[in-house]
Amino acid sequence: MVDVLKAVPLRITTDAASDPRSLRRFEDERFLTGKGRYQDDEQAVDALHGAVLRSPHAHAAILSIDITAALEIPGVRAVYTAADLPDLDGLPCSLVDKLPGPFFVPHRPPLAEERVRHVGDPVAFVVADNAEAARTACEAIVVDYDILPAVTDLEAAAAEDAPKIWPQADRNEALRYRLGDPGAVEDVMRRAAHVVTCRVVNNRIVAAALEPRSAIGRFDPGRGSYELSLSGASVHDIRRELATVLCVPPDRISVRTPDVGGGFGMKNVTYPEYALLLVAAERLGRPVRWVADRMDEFTSGAHARDNLTVGRLALDEKGRFLALAVETIANLGAYVSSLGPGSATTAPTPAMGGLYDIPVMSMDVRCVFTNTAPIDAYRGAGKPEANYLIERLADEAAHRLGIDAAKLRKRNFIRRFPYRKPFGAVIDGGDFAGNLDRLLVLADRPGFRRRKALSRRSGKLRGFGLACFLETSRGGPDEDAWLTMRPDGGVDMAVGTQSNGQGHETSFAQVLSEQFRLPVEAFRLVQGDTALVPTGGGHGGARSLHMGGGALVLAAQAMIEAAKPAAAQLLQAEPEVVSFADGQFRVSAKPGAAREVGLAAVARHVADTTGRALASHGAHRAAPITFPNGAQMAEVEIDPETGAVDLLRYVAVDDYGRLINPLLTEAQLHGGLAQGIGQALMEEARYDPESGQILSATFMDYAVPRAMDLPFFDITMAEVPTAANPLGVKGVGQAGCIGAPQVVIAAILDALRPLGVTHVDMPATPQRVWHAMRQAQDKPASETRP
Amino acid sequence: MYAFTYHKPTSARQAATLLAKKEDAKLLAGGHTLLPTMKQRLASPAAIVDLGACADLKGITLKGRNIVIGAMTTHAEVAASAEVQAAIPALAYLASHIGDPHVRHRGTIGGSVANNDPAADYPAALLALGATVITNKRKLTAEEFFTGLYETALEEGEIITKVSFPLVSKAGYAKFRNPASRYAMVGVFVAKRGSDVRVAVTGAGEGGVFRWPEAETALKVRFSPKSLDGFKHGSKGINGDIHADPEYRAHLIGVMTRQAVAQATGK
Ligand SMILES: Cc1cc2nc3c(=O)[nH]c(=O)nc-3n(C[C@H](O)[C@H](O)[C@H](O)COP(=O)(O)OP(=O)(O)OC[C@H]3O[C@@H](n4cnc5c(N)ncnc54)[C@H](O)[C@@H]3O)c2cc1C
Repeated sequence: MVDVLKAVPLRITTDAASDPRSLRRFEDERFLTGKGRYQDDEQAVDALHGAVLRSPHAHAAILSIDITAALEIPGVRAVYTAADLPDLDGLPCSLVDKLPGPFFVPHRPPLAEERVRHVGDPVAFVVADNAEAARTACEAIVVDYDILPAVTDLEAAAAEDAPKIWPQADRNEALRYRLGDPGAVEDVMRRAAHVVTCRVVNNRIVAAALEPRSAIGRFDPGRGSYELSLSGASVHDIRRELATVLCVPPDRISVRTPDVGGGFGMKNVTYPEYALLLVAAERLGRPVRWVADRMDEFTSGAHARDNLTVGRLALDEKGRFLALAVETIANLGAYVSSLGPGSATTAPTPAMGGLYDIPVMSMDVRCVFTNTAPIDAYRGAGKPEANYLIERLADEAAHRLGIDAAKLRKRNFIRRFPYRKPFGAVIDGGDFAGNLDRLLVLADRPGFRRRKALSRRSGKLRGFGLACFLETSRGGPDEDAWLTMRPDGGVDMAVGTQSNGQGHETSFAQVLSEQFRLPVEAFRLVQGDTALVPTGGGHGGARSLHMGGGALVLAAQAMIEAAKPAAAQLLQAEPEVVSFADGQFRVSAKPGAAREVGLAAVARHVADTTGRALASHGAHRAAPITFPNGAQMAEVEIDPETGAVDLLRYVAVDDYGRLINPLLTEAQLHGGLAQGIGQALMEEARYDPESGQILSATFMDYAVPRAMDLPFFDITMAEVPTAANPLGVKGVGQAGCIGAPQVVIAAILDALRPLGVTHVDMPATPQRVWHAMRQAQDKPASETRP
Repeated sequence: MYAFTYHKPTSARQAATLLAKKEDAKLLAGGHTLLPTMKQRLASPAAIVDLGACADLKGITLKGRNIVIGAMTTHAEVAASAEVQAAIPALAYLASHIGDPHVRHRGTIGGSVANNDPAADYPAALLALGATVITNKRKLTAEEFFTGLYETALEEGEIITKVSFPLVSKAGYAKFRNPASRYAMVGVFVAKRGSDVRVAVTGAGEGGVFRWPEAETALKVRFSPKSLDGFKHGSKGINGDIHADPEYRAHLIGVMTRQAVAQATGK
């Protein structure tokens, strides 16, 4: 259907802002003038307020809970503990039957039963007339704990003598995920001219969305149905999971979201509070609302990443990659969250090995429990890990073999398409080498020597780093779109993907405007509501335009077909001779003739004659993954006295397929880069290894990048279309996070290598960089050179 | 936040009366420390006496050989003050590096000093410049005033009205920010008045702001960054946290001191 795209010459976009396709977001005015409607803005006059009592301990047995004093606080309506909720099932993991091999998913009740397993674990739920009374009542609950030894670090958790978090999980292992033929890989390793090894940490981070989690639960006793309005991002999945917790059919629950102030994956999942709100609303006969504070977010919102990988790359004497072996320990936290193990297993799999031709690979992942907040997907989910590993290995190899880092990469790029990767992903196309060449021009590498000398004159160490990335934007799950002509001539577009700040109201309107040749203002997005949109995969995986946009195009085509008979009637012609172009139905072969009629008029005719609005449905089924990719570079300056890293330049040459709106594409990249740079330089959720207390529980200790920490981004986009969807688009939502970490670390190591520093873990904080320099200094010279 | 009564006097004297009269009352200045602690329910005063309308607590004046700053003067006002910039530029520089614009437009010198956060910037300036804290009851030197972590000599019912900074011949401030909070991970204020040199360190000490006598002695011989070559502060008594262990913090004291002296001497 999209073979024509192959004929389109490669389009290079260097100035997104002034591109005619770059409409400003329709959403901006309301968001930027404080008129967005977020969950906690919702008026609910008769609503009660919920508050959660959380565990102050990382691991403890609950000996008793005394709620008498709490019930006496004025305004308190109810205090629930696990004992009050015997009919609720545990929170499910949606991957339970999607992963091979044995997989232990422990029972995770909405409120802790006999044990608490991380700081922040919910213990009791109070409902009161106002939020302050609910909080006061939480303070009045007396819980007697017997504190148990805790473990928060993944390596420590996997050790023989580690404290056991679940009796069923030997060495705290929930799951082992193995792919590839390790025997074949080892064979190649043994015979290879070179094998380089890297041990890389992907630091634990938190999403830190601007808007914290928040929800209102309602119950309609007449219908016996529940309604949850929340700051969430995957309403259908949350509904399905809540149905299992409440043990009711999904159609008795509706879930909807208003504007959402950022999610990044952590709002795609089901949290205990959602079930508690619905049950409390049912029992008390009133809506119940709850909003997380920052501390709740840091202690009990899903965390992300937190894994340790040892990778080995075999190369021949010319530097060609021969085999890749990957061994990972991934932290799951205390429970298995909705999509918890995905980020360490299925999600990185297609991206493993990046955009290089590596004939054999093996992967061995152990997912372990620790006394920490549950881990779940976060922007990039697994792809940052896969790319960080292969790019770090490529740099190590370049160094070891004395080959230029760009040359080594070019020597190994996948060049023939379609290309089947060892784990099965089939890449349809890309211009990897072209992007790297463009990057090298923009990066002004020859000028680096001079810039480095200038930095040296002011006492600073300058480093140049470049790296590539391969994103694998999901096709699945399927997406549908529904179009309905409104009487005013506008079109409602209902889609099962969700925007929580990305700008779908604009980009989706642009997609349909192109199909119908109607003004973009004609289209109104309906999303994030299970009552209005029958199915949907929600937000995630950078798949909204690919899947939701694809479904919209199919729905548009279906609407044109559906309208043809009515158009034919109006044109007094046979339907077969009626065609649609430039927003008009015409009798074929008579362009510009008087006999033409617009879509709106046809829709009116349909409504008049049938009594129903003109409507259509598009189903985008079983679409393959798309493969956004790019080459990026950075320059840093490091203060050798303090270890502080200053990111001075960032250049990206990326491929997101055909662009619908280059400005929105670039904006997504900006946000993703900021988060990737944040992970590389400063973000880290930290627990005390002894007590299991969270040490980064507020923004006073959890560092997120500020505007002044970032340089201006210099972005070029090479539009290599894909045939995976009718639009030719790939996904940009996660890409920045996937590309940036390896680029920043490469630049830092380039600056530090002359001092003998060959490794630094993320986040490369001033303290860590300073210690790395100090240790290299203390090492005898012979050790600093391999 | 727990319930409390709210009072808004229009002078320091009225504020003092209210403070004495109301049970468990607390002064509110910029609220940038007090309000978050109340929201987290770590503080629960029964009454709040808001100093925001006390005009007599505001303003910056040059009095003889002193810059006198009213307790309710915000960090932004100190940073932007032509008097401060001319008299003690390092003090204006310090104020301009506190937190972010929101913090600088709400937070006050009185609140900062009264709070004596071990990572706050002002305590280093007060100690190094030999400032005097003036209250509604008495005058205290900085040494007398800062008594420990979050501890000061302030007594019940006592209100800081002004801070008076004697002019110095040279002063400089260097701060290494905590990457998350932007408080001082290490901040060093150096000041030279006549033959006297003072070096005050904030952000690093287990007991709050402190002076570094060895560096002072070396700088008295010659007030130049070079005098500190090879100078290292020991890591004993130095704070450690996830952002900086004692060894790294101690190292930063040396680096920041040299930078502060360089700033003071225009090098
Ligand atoms: C995000 C953030 C970042 C910050 N970064 C920095 C930084 O980098 N460097 C830094 O130094 N500070 C920093 N601060 C602190 C801030 O600058 C204020 O100095 C501090 O919050 C106290 O001043 P305030 O006026 O807000 O006092 P308040 O919070 O109103 O009061 C603090 C305490 O002082 C008492 N008090 C107030 N005024 C008086 C008075 N006149 N007499 C007696 N007692 C009084 C109050 O009763 C209260 O106990 C930061 C704060 C925040 C929130």
